[in-house]
Amino acid sequence: MPLDETLTNERKFKVVGTRPNRPDGIDKVTGRARYGADMTMPGMLWGMILRSPHAHARIKGIDASKALALSGVKAVVTAEDFEMRDDDLRDTLINVMARDKALYDGHTVAAVAATSKSIAKKALKLIEVDYDVLPAVVDENAAMAPDAPLLYDDMFTQGVDPAPTKPSNVANVLEFGHGDVEAGFAKADVVIERTFKTGATHQGYIEPHACVASYNPDGYAEMWVCTQGHFMIRDNCARLLGMDLSRLRVTASEIGGGFGGKTTVFIEPVALALSKKTGRPVKIVMSRDEVFRATGPTSSSTNRVKIGATKDGRIVAAEAELRYQGGPFAGSPVEWGAMTAFACYDLENVKTVGYDVVCNRPKQAAYRAPGAPMIAFGVESVMDDVAHELGMDPVDFRILNQAKEGTKSSYGPTYGPIGIAACLDALKHSDHYQSPVPEGCGRGTAVGFWFNFGGQTCVGLNVNEDGTVTIQLGTQDIGGSRASMCLMTAEALGIPYEDVRAVNADTSAIGFTETTEGSRTTFSSGMALIKAAGETTKKMCARAAKVWGIPEEAVEWVDGAARPAGDNAGKFDPMTFKEIAAIAHSTGGPIAGHSEINAENAGEGFAAHICDLKVDPETGFTEVVRYTVIQDAGKAVHPSYVEGQMQGAAAQGIGWALNEEYIYSEDGRLQNPGFLDYRIPVCSDLPMLETVIVEVPNPGHPFGVRGVGETSIVPPLGAIGNAVRNATGMRMLETPMSPPRLVAAFREAAKA
Amino acid sequence: MSGKTVTTTINGDAVEFVCGADETLLDTLRDRLGLTGSKEGCGTGDCGACSVVLDGRLVCSCLVLAAEVEGRTVETIEGMASGEELHPLQTKFIEHAALQCGICTPGFLVAAKSLLDRNPDPTETEVRYWLAGNLCRCTGYDKIVRAVMDAARELREAKNAA
Repeated sequence: MPLDETLTNERKFKVVGTRPNRPDGIDKVTGRARYGADMTMPGMLWGMILRSPHAHARIKGIDASKALALSGVKAVVTAEDFEMRDDDLRDTLINVMARDKALYDGHTVAAVAATSKSIAKKALKLIEVDYDVLPAVVDENAAMAPDAPLLYDDMFTQGVDPAPTKPSNVANVLEFGHGDVEAGFAKADVVIERTFKTGATHQGYIEPHACVASYNPDGYAEMWVCTQGHFMIRDNCARLLGMDLSRLRVTASEIGGGFGGKTTVFIEPVALALSKKTGRPVKIVMSRDEVFRATGPTSSSTNRVKIGATKDGRIVAAEAELRYQGGPFAGSPVEWGAMTAFACYDLENVKTVGYDVVCNRPKQAAYRAPGAPMIAFGVESVMDDVAHELGMDPVDFRILNQAKEGTKSSYGPTYGPIGIAACLDALKHSDHYQSPVPEGCGRGTAVGFWFNFGGQTCVGLNVNEDGTVTIQLGTQDIGGSRASMCLMTAEALGIPYEDVRAVNADTSAIGFTETTEGSRTTFSSGMALIKAAGETTKKMCARAAKVWGIPEEAVEWVDGAARPAGDNAGKFDPMTFKEIAAIAHSTGGPIAGHSEINAENAGEGFAAHICDLKVDPETGFTEVVRYTVIQDAGKAVHPSYVEGQMQGAAAQGIGWALNEEYIYSEDGRLQNPGFLDYRIPVCSDLPMLETVIVEVPNPGHPFGVRGVGETSIVPPLGAIGNAVRNATGMRMLETPMSPPRLVAAFREAAKA
Repeated sequence: MSGKTVTTTINGDAVEFVCGADETLLDTLRDRLGLTGSKEGCGTGDCGACSVVLDGRLVCSCLVLAAEVEGRTVETIEGMASGEELHPLQTKFIEHAALQCGICTPGFLVAAKSLLDRNPDPTETEVRYWLAGNLCRCTGYDKIVRAVMDAARELREAKNAA
């Protein structure tokens, strides 16, 4: 649906852009909201999972007889209970339950269902697994070495010509760009090339994965799952267990954070298989250790970045080589890394090459702007270094080279109206940038890009007899989106926000809807609601026409009421939404709207960040003193929650930059699978996170909305790296820039 | 399996339950007593999502054995509002959009109330350090700190008016 220019040009919004209380607020501050682990079903058993202690091992045999002999144990499942039915889901199934090999520390090898948690825990210790331990590799560069241990003897790199004759750990090589980078670099007065490394980080949602599955003897089943996409759960579980989709009803619980990590299945097919085997509902709740070892992390990466510019500050060529490991399966987000690397800039000659590498680490899952922050760390660092070398202000250097409407992006398409110029302009004029750098601090800036997604989306809109409205959503509410849905519906209908209530419908109550991911929810469900509201008000106009005895075309919907369209239509008092709802029964029956769309033109997201920090040379401790997030929201539907997305994404990026990383022992075991040793930012680590919302309307959405969930995790790594450089003179080439690394860098610098 | 009978007070009500010797207070609250407002984010005392007040002291209920609460008083998130009236902290959390997913919210509220019961006029730094044992991955803490400071102000004003 195109932008409704009468709204955005003349700022006619009535409720969109206000900050009402969220509809699910009271449930969530009183402890009443029901999350994944809060569900109990009659006769329920507890499921628990046995995980490989080895990073790479052949499974020679599993003997569960002693576990099954324990009183209270009802079933054990292993790979034998999961038939390989569907080639598309091969990797998913192998990740859910190891087949002949354990591919990482924490890989599921068996699961048990018992009458209590403590019996299930005892049973796990009684399952005997015979392993043949194999050499493991957990680093992307080591995995690419010629003598690296191979995960598979049949992985031949795709995307290279001629096709390789030897197997390797490189699943795929891909390339993006345009122009001639060699010719470009030849013209450059300044060329800087550096190689950067980023550690693997975890999404770190506070709610561990949890589900309850109940499989009935007649082949129908129900599931309660904390997930970003209950239709994805239905699809994966039904296909893995050989069920018709209509026989599996999945209800999404409230979700305690996801950030991309809950867009796939882990424990859910296992719980369903255990329920099928025992004939009783089965609940599985992961421990934090399991979450770290077996779910989600993002890729670690090694990236070479080269940028060349002429003396006048124009970039003449930009090039990057990206190596991302994504665990034991093809599909790391290196493609998105390679696409986003230089997306902020207007470049004549640009080339990115990505290597998708497999390793003995957990299967990577999407994490907020998947693949983008790692390469942005390198690109934004080199951008600053080139600017310094040219003697230019780094912000001016970015403004001179920023992408604009009509720019052919580094990944292919030509941009429509985009917000990077507005973001950088807002940055330059922000109070933060205008203020002097605090004593002892360094200031860093960086920009970031994310595509934003649309996708398949269904909504329902029911007009109640009293004129209130219930909306049914197929997208999961992961961070307060019910409020923005109610706002957009109220705006489109012309009724008060308080008259609209949102429910998240289960998979049998609404049509197929894609997962909440890619910053798509407010954009696409909002668009569907606006369409459904248009259908509803059209029906309301028809009812008024019937009452007034005039043609339907002679009635229009203005400010929440049906009115005669012009003087020729006749003179009638407007009929409000409530009045028409009240007489629905006598004018043709119930009034409802619905909409099923495949939303396109999501509208690219851009952000610009400023960071002031100081580094203690003795301890390497970095204190973030001031931080400002500037981002284009297109149109901020509920500005408080838009700010919340900006702040939350920035905080995650700050954690990635300064402390968070997966640490492995030489034999490939994860050394820090807990919040004490995998340190996400705590309240005392951060200052207030200042926000500036920029609004460059997205022409692809009637209200101008762009997704806002992800973009702001992209700039912090570069902004912090640049601030560290300006505070200490040291260019850090690896994240996290943790105290030990900074202390080592200070020592190196002192030697030199 | 030998159970232990425990008599205690939870949110002002006398409660009796039977628990296993190795059972945590968090498991008892959630799985036996239906008080699922306290959340398990880690089970090792690192995240604070299971925060409760035991005899006036803020604790992680995942690090307390259920058997330990014999004869003591426990306050959980379910006891924070009085009837229909929310505690000012609860209201301010909603008004300031201090929650996104909400899983950490009960723990933050219990911890923040414990702070304001001791220190009605905390500085931003005091709020940040008191709440450093509660992890939130959604908000970056900004709006949480603002909500706590605003609730503290409102509580002080109400006290001064009284």
